Amino acid sequence: MSWTTPVDVLAAVCILLGAVLTLIAAIGQVRMPDLLSRMHAATKPQVLGTVLVVIGLSLSLRDPAVVGMLLLVVLLQMATSVVSSHMVGRASFRAGQVRDDLLVVDELSDGDAHEEPRGAP
Amino acid sequence: MSPVLRTRRDGSTRPARHRAVQPLAVLWLTLVWLAMWGEVTPLLVIGGVLVAVLVCLAFPLPPIDLASGVRPLALARLVGRFLVDVVRASFQVSGVVLRRRPVRNAVVAVDLESSSDFVMTLVASMLSLIPGSVVVEARRSTHTLYLHVLDVPDAASVEAFRRDALDLEQRVLRALPPDAPVAPHAPDAPEEVGR
Repeated sequence: MSWTTPVDVLAAVCILLGAVLTLIAAIGQVRMPDLLSRMHAATKPQVLGTVLVVIGLSLSLRDPAVVGMLLLVVLLQMATSVVSSHMVGRASFRAGQVRDDLLVVDELSDGDAHEEPRGAP
Repeated sequence: MSPVLRTRRDGSTRPARHRAVQPLAVLWLTLVWLAMWGEVTPLLVIGGVLVAVLVCLAFPLPPIDLASGVRPLALARLVGRFLVDVVRASFQVSGVVLRRRPVRNAVVAVDLESSSDFVMTLVASMLSLIPGSVVVEARRSTHTLYLHVLDVPDAASVEAFRRDALDLEQRVLRALPPDAPVAPHAPDAPEEVGR
């Protein structure tokens, strides 16, 4: 038995775990009650899921050229998911697509939050 | 394209193009270029630098001022804690998705202590990447982030989340200390370490 066997097992575990997290994200899409909750379920386990799949891939491929590319995948995924989740969340909040009955506190709509004109820097 | 003028703090203006090509950005873009080709040859390096300079000229960005430099130890702690948070929160959100009880959420306002745009951006990005919170609104004038937080059963957990977010900001401030006068809450004050 060479040293590659445990690494291959580790890679398989990582890929499997990442796939399970992705599956949970898909289930969350169906089960969550409103748009913002769905965003949490859809985008967030995805970050770890992608990272785990990428770690698994780089462990099983063991090629520096591929590892560089996979590192880029993770970095770009993290950089873009921040922007996209913020834009969707902000747009949905402004459009009123939020279930108020699910909120314990809403500090954005309460109080003086509306004093500043919307869209101001 | 019309020349982009940059107004500096002392009132003088100069074309942004003079400072558009930043060495760090060129280095980073060249690395990305090489990573995408998957190999390192002299021709690829030269081509990468050329493309990086062209990108910098076409899409000029303001330089990030890290006056006091980076503290490696604090940065390592920030990144390590961030990774732990991402893993832990991912499984928490997975649990919320799979359990039967309906979920309760909250929109929480977090007033950041630092007045730096860079710190605000960094904190907002990291909070967005940690599962369970999404930035729905960011107010630059007051440096307030409004976050939609998943699975908040009561007011006590709202406060707990706010504390976590402010702790994250403190870790960012410790890792990347801003210019001295900007942050009156000295990030290296000893009594804050134990919090």
